[in-house]
Amino acid sequence: MALKCGVRVFKLNTIRQAVRLLSTHSSPEAVQNAKVGDFPGARAPYVTELKFLSEASYDPIPIYRVLDHNGQVIDGREEPNIDKETLLNMYKTMVQLSQMDKIMYESQRQGRISFYMTNYGEEGIHVGSAAALSPSDLVFAQYREVGVLLYRGMTVTEIVNQCYGNCEDPGRGRQMPVHYGSKQHNIVTLSSPLATQMPQAVGAAYALKRVPNNDRCVICYFGDGAASEGDAHAAFNFAATLDCPVIMLCRNNGYAISTPTREQYRGDGVGARGAPLGLRTARVDGTDPLAVYRAVAAARGRALAHNQPVLIEAMAYRVGHHSTSDDSTAYRPAEEIHKWNSEESPIRKFRQYLEQKGYWDVESDEALFKEARNRVVKTMQEAEKKKLPPWKEMLEDVYYEMPPRIQKQVKQMEDHLKNYGEHYPLDKYQPE
Amino acid sequence: MALKSPAVAMGILSRITRRSFSTSKVLSSKPVTVRDALNQAIDEEMERDESVFVMGEEVAQYDGAYKVTRGLWKKYGDKRVIDTPITEMGFAGIAVGAAFAGLRPICEFMTFNFSMQAIDHIINSAAKTFYMSAGAVPVPIVFRGPNGAAAGVAAQHSQCFGAWFSHCPGLKVIMPYSSEDAKGLLKAAIRDPDPVVCLENEMLYGVPFPMSDEALSNDFVLPFGKAKVEREGKHITVVCAGRATETALQAANTLAGQGIECEVINLRSLRPLDFDTIARSVAKTHHIVTVEQGWPSCGIGSEICARLMESPSFFELDAPAWRVTGADVPMPYAASLEARALPRPPDVLAAVSAVLSNA
Repeated sequence: MALKCGVRVFKLNTIRQAVRLLSTHSSPEAVQNAKVGDFPGARAPYVTELKFLSEASYDPIPIYRVLDHNGQVIDGREEPNIDKETLLNMYKTMVQLSQMDKIMYESQRQGRISFYMTNYGEEGIHVGSAAALSPSDLVFAQYREVGVLLYRGMTVTEIVNQCYGNCEDPGRGRQMPVHYGSKQHNIVTLSSPLATQMPQAVGAAYALKRVPNNDRCVICYFGDGAASEGDAHAAFNFAATLDCPVIMLCRNNGYAISTPTREQYRGDGVGARGAPLGLRTARVDGTDPLAVYRAVAAARGRALAHNQPVLIEAMAYRVGHHSTSDDSTAYRPAEEIHKWNSEESPIRKFRQYLEQKGYWDVESDEALFKEARNRVVKTMQEAEKKKLPPWKEMLEDVYYEMPPRIQKQVKQMEDHLKNYGEHYPLDKYQPE
Repeated sequence: MALKSPAVAMGILSRITRRSFSTSKVLSSKPVTVRDALNQAIDEEMERDESVFVMGEEVAQYDGAYKVTRGLWKKYGDKRVIDTPITEMGFAGIAVGAAFAGLRPICEFMTFNFSMQAIDHIINSAAKTFYMSAGAVPVPIVFRGPNGAAAGVAAQHSQCFGAWFSHCPGLKVIMPYSSEDAKGLLKAAIRDPDPVVCLENEMLYGVPFPMSDEALSNDFVLPFGKAKVEREGKHITVVCAGRATETALQAANTLAGQGIECEVINLRSLRPLDFDTIARSVAKTHHIVTVEQGWPSCGIGSEICARLMESPSFFELDAPAWRVTGADVPMPYAASLEARALPRPPDVLAAVSAVLSNA
């Protein structure tokens, strides 16, 4: 990000000052001009011309990409060295994710689950970043990053069970749909209030940094809307001042529910806030999984080698509605959605890349889509038949050890069911 | 944030310091201030467990706005005593994240008035994550700092949050009164696997209390949910916590001169709440008054009254319970008004005589 006008002004002043110094009478002002102001809060040259900076004072942060619209590598030197198996795994995860979204979204529409959020258009950010990380790196997600979970090895079955809140839900029926978490896969349980994960991610990174010979970093995902929360500023500021090994990855998908980015912020996007606060910053094409991979891999290196916090702004488009509570055609034209769902589709781009490399073909693709779809449908049917979590789950884990007040309630319920259990649909619940 | 001056109450503090406490049994020749007791607790626990660290505004080089963390930065360094930028939601979030990742943060709010900027992290993240993660992610964290009224700092710096935090399942809430309370409860809080809110009081920081040899030892911890009977009595039960304990004990002294023996119960922890001790006392005295600095609506006193109604203790009562609380207004600045907005010993006397004359 070059300070265009500022640099020019500075040069101009240097020339002006030189001219003044050459002239016979030097004013005190000219002498002062030669100096650099050394305040506790800033060190910068003195000038005698008042100038307010604007968003036009800086060049926009460029968008780094590896692939063009047709999945062609633009500059061979930038193509990451990823083995075939990993590339195919990335692609399969993207397809699985899109098929799961399609069916789960429909399942909410049919009233089978209460809520769902799709990830269309952002699959490239998920797999590109997940592939560049180590499975031991800690993930703080927002709620639209389920591709990262899939890539990490969370199964469709675990995800569907969570959305159905059945007895096999790893969250034991506590959280609303799409609020996943997995200690095994180093994914911190999702939290609904927007952006709370951001300072928490920085705090976790601080904890990791304290471990001798630390080889783990934290990645924190958030959206363009979340970046407007006060928490976001606090997180950036603390990441920098505490020198934390954290990657702050903004999925800028253009919309916070119905609020477009042009109403969300002024200036050059979320990325423009990074460098001034002391975070290494880059902007990438989020529809290009290889660009995201390169950026996250490099950020991880910086985070671990120097405890350097990094901000990555991945540009994308939220092709789906915000959630099942939203109909986005009310606030954006269908043609706009179509464009991002076709020529800019990350899945299409990545498939073309794989085909050009000779790793993939049409037949494999058709089979993959079918298999991915069937897996979700079958899992969903099974999930619906599974029993509900035992009633006691409601009262557990409020505290590390169950306090006597809650123990008493459990006992009362047990006694009650002993006497009147036959009047309840206990067969629907998993026995303890 | 606005006013964060530690010095405002010095005059009144020194007056309290000189006040004698005839009600406390002298257990040791060595009086320790509440501030030093808190400091000892943090120091000992940091010594004991490498994962314990302190973060907040001014906690390091400045030794804490109220000097509770005095000397800790020199002893433990930047890694474990961290000065933060002024962003309550920021450092509360950092602390919660560090607890997720296995550390034991002590998050100091310069006063709990400013914790309102961070309350989302306390309620929505710290208190609920263990439950929401199905028991996978414990949050061992302590939020601590002065709570309630100081002196002359008006509406936005004089508020008791005891009832607010006690409302929320997943949190434990402690409110120490004496140095022994402060040390034993804070040490237990730091060792606890759950998030704990420790509500201290600025006016008590400089007050010395005698401490037993046991309380001075490294292993002194007080269990949560166990109240302390500060004074035994047979005529009426007076339940209080934190600085209201001082008010209750002063009133009890005066009443003793009139032949009325109060049983003063210092709750120590607000959640869990030791109702058993209250019930036992009521079974003996058949009368009860609660004293707190917070507002009356949905307060600690309201909760105690509700539990009395729901339990067999109701049948033990010879008269309706009374609550002595802070006035139901934002705290005024002028000293004369401020004094009347907080429970004073005469208010407790009035409540006690009203309840007893109702018998």
